[in-house]
Amino acid sequence: MTTEKLGLEAIQAAYHKKASGLTSRIIICAGTGCVANGSLKVYDALCAAIAAAGLELTVELKEESGGTHVSRSGCQGFCQMGPLVTILPHSILYTKVQPGDVPEIVEETLRAGRVVERLLYENPAGGRRCRGTDDIPFYTRQHRYVLKKCGIIDPEDIAEYIAGGGYAAARKAVLDMTGEQLCLEMLDAGLRGRGGGGFPTGMKWDMARKQPEGKKYIICNGDEGDPGAFMDRSVMEGNPHSVIEGMIIAGRAIGADEGYIYVRAEYPLAVRRMRKALEDARSLGILGDAVFRSQLSFNLQVMEGAGAFVCGEETAMIASIQGSRGMPMPKPPFPVQSGLWGRPTVINNVETLASVPLIIAGGAAAFRSMGTKNSPGTKTFAVTGHVANTGLIEVPFGTTLREIIFDIAGGVTADDETIRNDAFKAVQIGGPSGGCLTEKDLDLPLDFDNLQFAGAMVGSGGLVVMNSGTCMVGIARFFMQFTQNESCGKCVLCREGTRQMLDLLDDIIEGRADSSTLGLLKDLGRCVKKGSLCGLGKTAPNPVLSTLAKFPDEYMAHVEQKYCPTGRCRALVKFRILPEYCKGCMLCKKKCPVGAITGEKGAPHEINLATCIKCGVCIEVCRLKAITGA
Amino acid sequence: MDKESIRKFEYIFEIVERNGRSPARLIPILQAVQEQYRYLPEEVLTLVATALGLSPAKVFGVATFYSHFTLTPKGKYLIRICDGTACHVKRSDGLLAALREKLRLRDGSATTPDMLFTLETVSCLGACGLAPAMVVNDEVHGQLTPEKAVALIDELLRKEDENDN
Repeated sequence: MTTEKLGLEAIQAAYHKKASGLTSRIIICAGTGCVANGSLKVYDALCAAIAAAGLELTVELKEESGGTHVSRSGCQGFCQMGPLVTILPHSILYTKVQPGDVPEIVEETLRAGRVVERLLYENPAGGRRCRGTDDIPFYTRQHRYVLKKCGIIDPEDIAEYIAGGGYAAARKAVLDMTGEQLCLEMLDAGLRGRGGGGFPTGMKWDMARKQPEGKKYIICNGDEGDPGAFMDRSVMEGNPHSVIEGMIIAGRAIGADEGYIYVRAEYPLAVRRMRKALEDARSLGILGDAVFRSQLSFNLQVMEGAGAFVCGEETAMIASIQGSRGMPMPKPPFPVQSGLWGRPTVINNVETLASVPLIIAGGAAAFRSMGTKNSPGTKTFAVTGHVANTGLIEVPFGTTLREIIFDIAGGVTADDETIRNDAFKAVQIGGPSGGCLTEKDLDLPLDFDNLQFAGAMVGSGGLVVMNSGTCMVGIARFFMQFTQNESCGKCVLCREGTRQMLDLLDDIIEGRADSSTLGLLKDLGRCVKKGSLCGLGKTAPNPVLSTLAKFPDEYMAHVEQKYCPTGRCRALVKFRILPEYCKGCMLCKKKCPVGAITGEKGAPHEINLATCIKCGVCIEVCRLKAITGA
Repeated sequence: MDKESIRKFEYIFEIVERNGRSPARLIPILQAVQEQYRYLPEEVLTLVATALGLSPAKVFGVATFYSHFTLTPKGKYLIRICDGTACHVKRSDGLLAALREKLRLRDGSATTPDMLFTLETVSCLGACGLAPAMVVNDEVHGQLTPEKAVALIDELLRKEDENDN
């Protein structure tokens, strides 16, 4: 056994030498979002166009490479504007690029060094065109720490990861640090689990480390099931080696020699990229039987989930890896005591693990300099729903919702997609386990404790913004439907309780509720929380209880007046034509499938509510917005 | 036993062997089987149980627990409309209604009688930036409207017609 260190520096030097002959680099976003918008076609077109223009093209870095290097990256976060094309060293970011734009990019930018103005991002507030990530507000107001390299490096090229300093932290951990030192470093940094719980990572590791010697496991939780969250997917797709490096360090810390990366089945690209990354790391001796030429062995494998939300819960995930139905077990014993195959097991979330190498490399103090006292570091949020720039962002803990929604995400959009900041109604944080925050919480600095206090939770970081056209009872019902569907059925209160809660919500939405319904809903919600074993049931009533607390008037309107203030609940809608707007154009009358609209040409029409089937066609066809459902 | 069944059984054994005949590998085994047959035929589940030394009840239990496993054949094109939060608030229900209408799926059936299309909803595809989104087999389509979704179906139908001729 040689004690010579594995030559990361040699790989680094070789990469830089190969890259030194390049004149420019084009990075095309190949995250799920941009691929869906056709970024791979743009990639092919670019390669073809550069070659056709007689310019030197490098697709795969080799000795003597030169000219323009065209590569694909993981998600760059700005999904709404995809496909995204970055050009270095000019630092230009082109948005919504289609294959037809490619010849102009090659001629203008590559050959002549000019910017194609029409492909630049235009700031909707003020109409200014932004040249690149350093002047687009979406990027400048973020602090990309975990996501820093996502969207720049080629996720399928291990040499590029190493060239950027990758795997040095894992080597340091394996060769120069003890398990105890690593746990202490995490405790000093104050890293807390990014999967939702916020449990201190160092403490978790230390508990597993202190278990008697013997087989131990490390599991990466990539079963990102919360609807509305996709940060883990982006990290696995965009920077898979950072997750592996985090797992090596975690394995070293607790004394594990084996691990699993449990990836959700809905993420085929993440599965493929993680598998490729594992293979590459193995072939370089970073994983395997002599990690970094030490005496330690560490083996990892990818386990693909099969579509069960509850498997994101630690004990259910363990059951699933063991080949069983993913049903949770009572805790204690905790997985750090008795986990996979009854052995001590640490389960960490993707984003947590991806933070680990950065902490080891940069030190705990640097990590603590970001975020708040009790929640140091940064957090990624998937900002979606009614905002101008949906996408993936990363900010230090302590950032306010106002900054996120109005500055980074570019403001709230109305149903017609125009920016209307006064249309803000609520933001739902933490998915089916979380709650809603309203206008008055906008200046709350986001961190684990503040959010808990405000009745929401960080959860996995899904942040769904809703405008005034969104019915909060409908949203509560949406989440209830989700948890009811995903309840594994083990605990009676979760299985039957969520079903009953869903039925009660249907009563409210369909106009059958009476004065007892809301009280019953609240009581039942509290019972489900108490009587469930795992996080799914314990948090399932949160969206309902939170909307009940924040929007009592909206519930009361549904129950007492059988009226939905937003007009979204079809069963309660009473369509009506506003005579002051109706010009009697006959369009709605013609389109109504049941002939419920009457009136002469040129005179305001009327809807006969007894015949109306509430299909909504009339609202859709009316050009004068003269028909209302509210 | 006819030739077809024998070939089928041999293939299943190959999958089981590849996974070391380990009961812990039940889920990856069922995934590989489903990839081959596009569903899990009942006799195959019994066969897998026997090969792994598990009770058929255990294998059926796993096969029915996870939403990705299906015991009935699915259409050639599996359309999954995302109904995650982001897609929901951007009115994915409109897509579902339009496609159910387009494919004439009534009474809760999910697959068209000609076995061409299966229409399902999925909790979240993680393509929230593109809401509302749907996946046709493995291809993600984002920022859809009911009209665009129907147009996609028309295109698939046209492709099928061309293949037939």
